Formats: sequence, structure tokens, C-alpha cells
Amino acid sequence: MTEVTEELVYQRPESLTQVHTHYCPGCTHGTAHRLVGEVLDELNVRGRTIGIAPVGCSVLAYYYFDVDFAEAAHGRAPAMATGMKRTHPDKVIFTYQGDGDLAAIGTGEIVHAAGRGENITVIFINNAIYGMTGGQMAPTTLEDQKTSSSPLGRDVSIAGYPLRMCELLATLDGAAYISRQSLHDVRHIRRAKKAILTAFKTQMAGLGFSMVELLSTCSTNWKMDPVESLEWLRDNMIPYFPLGDFKVAEAVKEL
Amino acid sequence: MARELWKGNEALAEAAVRAGVVAYFGYPITPQTELLEYLSLRMVRLGRTFLQAESELAAINMVYGVACTGVRVMTSSSSPGISLMQEGLSYIAASEVPVVLVDIMRGGPGLGNIQPSQGDYFQVTRSCGHGDFRPLVLAPATVQEGVDLVYEAFDLAEKYRTVVIVVADGNIGQMMEPAEMPPMRDISTEQPDWALVGADGRSHRIITSLFLSAEKLETLNLRLQAKVQRVRENEVRYREHRAEDADILMVGFGTMGRIAQTAADMARQKGIRAGVFRPVSLFPFPSAALETRSHQARRILVVEMSAGQMLEDVRLAVGKDYPVEFYGRMGGVIPLPDEVFDAVEKIHAEMCHD
Ligand SMILES: Cc1ncc(C[n+]2csc(CCOP(=O)(O)OP(=O)(O)O)c2C)c(N)n1
Repeated sequence: MTEVTEELVYQRPESLTQVHTHYCPGCTHGTAHRLVGEVLDELNVRGRTIGIAPVGCSVLAYYYFDVDFAEAAHGRAPAMATGMKRTHPDKVIFTYQGDGDLAAIGTGEIVHAAGRGENITVIFINNAIYGMTGGQMAPTTLEDQKTSSSPLGRDVSIAGYPLRMCELLATLDGAAYISRQSLHDVRHIRRAKKAILTAFKTQMAGLGFSMVELLSTCSTNWKMDPVESLEWLRDNMIPYFPLGDFKVAEAVKEL
Repeated sequence: MARELWKGNEALAEAAVRAGVVAYFGYPITPQTELLEYLSLRMVRLGRTFLQAESELAAINMVYGVACTGVRVMTSSSSPGISLMQEGLSYIAASEVPVVLVDIMRGGPGLGNIQPSQGDYFQVTRSCGHGDFRPLVLAPATVQEGVDLVYEAFDLAEKYRTVVIVVADGNIGQMMEPAEMPPMRDISTEQPDWALVGADGRSHRIITSLFLSAEKLETLNLRLQAKVQRVRENEVRYREHRAEDADILMVGFGTMGRIAQTAADMARQKGIRAGVFRPVSLFPFPSAALETRSHQARRILVVEMSAGQMLEDVRLAVGKDYPVEFYGRMGGVIPLPDEVFDAVEKIHAEMCHD
């Protein structure tokens, strides 16, 4: 009889809990969670990491990460993270925020955290809509995109233009690593993971503020099936929100 | 420690340092700013955390973050800044993490002015944010008392895992008085068993104010109310001045308590038996003690630098049939002892007619 040897090649990261999530079918929050979990495992920092969940669909992220977690008020996660990191510089601190959370109600907090060069990592989920409250217009909703509060499509003469947060924050000296990635296919998911790894390494090396924006889907509120959503993201979001690194400080390049 | 001359705001800051505050976050606003300025040097020299936030909104959430990790943290502000902190205070209360807040009240509403006021009594005792919660509220009348209360506030915040507010009008923040500082405490290295410090060797801890099931949220609320009850039973504080035989009992807190003392002494010289009951804990309000004292007095005169806010707590304490008068000034006007004395004399004249 020939001996069969098996190698374990894929399993749940230790930094995630073994529970079912509440996310809708087709939602990319799960993918984003998994990538962060893998990175925390690879860096071997689960035991000294504190995460901060936002108000939004990922408000319950603390159930899915087996990592100490606090729940912030809407938009205020970067301020909480600032306090934690300032008093516990040896801990790894990250926020996980949606686009309404980070780019609307929490604009002040994110800009100043980046400006101060807070040594924290921000995972920014841009799904171009307010998911949790049922699909209202977000600061990242595209021109002409229909939402429950822009039923005729976003009219920029009324609602103004979508914000590009990576480009905005990359202008700040305190920002060390700013990158936008997408979760619409495997190739891009792999790249996203690399960026998340770089972001956490930036923090661990004490180089300053790091943020990875992840273009994401919201099948339920976009009113598309999961595959259509991924295609819509690719065809509509990427042209307005170009992918790539917007800020890589010299010291980050050397990581 | 010798008695030294201290500016109120700076004394409160130094008291927090001695109580072992690890981190301070704040935003400049008169008449509180010296507290922040003092700590900007003192904390840095001690190797502790000081950060000027971009707003009070950010400051209170920085405080919230630190509080989740179980170390001593505080902020300070004045009326408009406290309005911005209300969101954070509600989350902090629901999360049951200890936080100390110093509020140096100024004239309002709106941008108001930078004169001393007590117009935020309702804000600190009633409406510190959405939802059913009551912070512990302590009101000093002197710089020394402020020092002692701030020093103790950290212990109380930890004991009850709650928000403790030390509230004073701008007068107390700005004036200089002799005060003796308490001894310097070591910074605690103890980690409470609820603190977020990294899940090394255990499963994760969560601090949240979200309870999607109505029953679970009710359970939290019942726990918060039980805490309120314990606070009511154990943390009542008040002071009296010539109250034992007073016919006219003035009730005032903070600066107004002091002015009332002078007015009581003036009245005594005129043969009017006046005294003062000064609540130090605004929440819990010393209702029972005041009610007891009211039996022996004949009239109560509430004095405030507001339209009469504590007045409601006094009325609740003594009942609707008790004769309660009010004298107050608003907008940052500090009543003179003469004015308060006149109010006492008027009541006295009415009593003689009765
Ligand atoms: C102060 C405050 N305002 C409004 C809300 C309601 N609210 C909850 S989630 C949300 C939008 C979240 O959208 P986003 O950040 O894009 O995250 P998503 O749900 O899409 O993941 C809003 C407006 C709130 N909880 N608090």
C-alpha cells in the first residue's frame, strides 16, 4: 500500500473566529476580513492587536475577528485608535471602516489621524453606498448612480462629486502608506492582501499612518446578483477610483 | 506638601497628574484652556500622553479608546465643547469604561460668552448624551475642593466603571487660591479583566455599546440603573454653613454656594437666621439630607447662575408644598452677595408678615 501524505494548504486564520457572518450573499466584507486575518496570522500579532469596528455593515466585525475589539461611534474609529496607539505603542491597532463612516461623518477624524501620522492601520471598505441603513447615497456614490436617497441617480449639481480618499490623504505628510485595491477577482484579491501586509508592516516599523482602500460590492443595495456586482465594480468603480499605491514613503519601500 | 497659590484650572490639572492620569486629550476653549496648556508641558515632561485633538468630538473618542484599554484618562472642556462630547459620553457610559471629565462652564446658550455660568446643570446631570445613563457629577466651590474631587474622581470612575464629571463655573477655573496638592500616586500597572490589551493566550474581548436584542439592551440598562442606585446610596456629598438653626436655608452649588455663605453671614449680622446647604455631588443630588434639613428651616432660597436648574432637584427633594424661592442671574453675570442678601431679606420680611 502506498502511503498518502497530505499537506494542509488552507484553513481558517487563527485571527478569525469560527462563526457564520451576517453578511449578505455576494458581499466582499468576508473577503476583506479573511485577508486581514491572514495578515495578522502571518505577522504573528494576533495576541497584541486591537481592532476598532465602525458603524455600518461591519459593525459586528468584532464577532468575526478573534482579536480584542472595540466598537466606535459612527466615524470616530480613527480617534479611538489614536488614543489606544498613543498609550500602547507596542500594540497593533487597526480600524475597519466603510465609506460613509470614513469619508462622510468621520472625515475630520481620518484626515487628522493621517495628518498627525498616527501609527495605525486603516482598512477602508468603499462600496459606493450606505449598506447598513439600506442603500442611501454615500460620499463615494458615483455620478448618476441610483441609490435610495438619489433615486434619479447622483446629480453632481445637487450632491457634488464623489470623494477620492486615497488621493486626498496621500497629500498629507503624516501618511506613510496609502493604497487602493479591489476585491472583484482573485488576481486583485491577492494584490489587496499584499497591500494590507505592507500597511501593517508600516505600522509595526513605526513609519506612520497606513490605509488600504478596498473597492467592494453591495449586491443587496446595488440590486444586482453577486457576479453582476463584481462586474459593475470593475467597469464603473475602477475608472473613477484608480487602483494602486498613492503614497509609499521612502522607508516603506525598504520594508 | 505646603499650601501654594494655584490658578484653578492648573490646580485641577496637577491634581489629575497626581492621581496618575496616563493620558489627556483636549481642545482649547475658554475658560478651561489653562488646564490643557498646563498638561501640554507637564504630561510630556513625565513621559505621559498629551495630545491636542482636532475637536472635542475627536478628544472624547480618543479618551474612549484609551479607557477601553483600562488606563487612567481624562479630558476637559467648557460648555460648547461638552455639547460636542455628548455623543462620546453616551458610548462611554454604555460601554462601562471609566472616564474623568472636567467641565468649566461658561455663559450660554450658543457661543454665549466666556464668563462664569452654571447654565449647564441640566446638561451634566440630565442630558449628557442620548439614552438612560447618569454620570457622577461633582461640583467644587474652591480650588482646594476641586483638587480633592479631581484626585478622587479617578477612583470613583474605576469603582463604578462610569463617567465622572467635575463641574465648576469659569470663576473657579480662573481664580487663584491657596491649595495643597495631594501626594503623587504611581501609575497603576494593573490591567482590569475587561480591558482590551490584545488577546494573547485567550479568546477575544469585546467592548461595544451595540446590543441588537431588546432584552440584552434592557439587561445593560438594568445594570446601569443598578449602578446609579449604588451611586445614590454611597456617593452623596454636601456641605453646610450655619444651617443648623437657619430659618432661611439657601441652596447653591459651586461659586454660588460661596456667595450664599457671605450673604448668610450678612443676614446673621442683621439678626436674620440664614444658612447654606451646598450640594457637592450634583448627581447623586443630596435629596434626603436636604429634605431633612428643610423640616427645621421655614423657607428655602435656591441661588444659581442660571434660570433655575438645580431648583428642580430642590423642589423634588422637599416636595411641592414647601415654600421654595429662587434668585439667579444668567449670561455670565455673577450675583453680588448684596443681591443675594436682598433676596434673603425680602423673604424674611414676608415671613414676618405671615
Ligand atoms: C451619528 C449616526 N448617524 C447615523 C447613523 C446611521 N447609520 C448607521 S450605518 C450608516 C451608514 C454606513 O455606511 P458605510 O460607512 O458606507 O458602511 P456600510 O454599511 O456600507 O458597510 C449610517 C448612516 C448612526 N448609527 N449614527
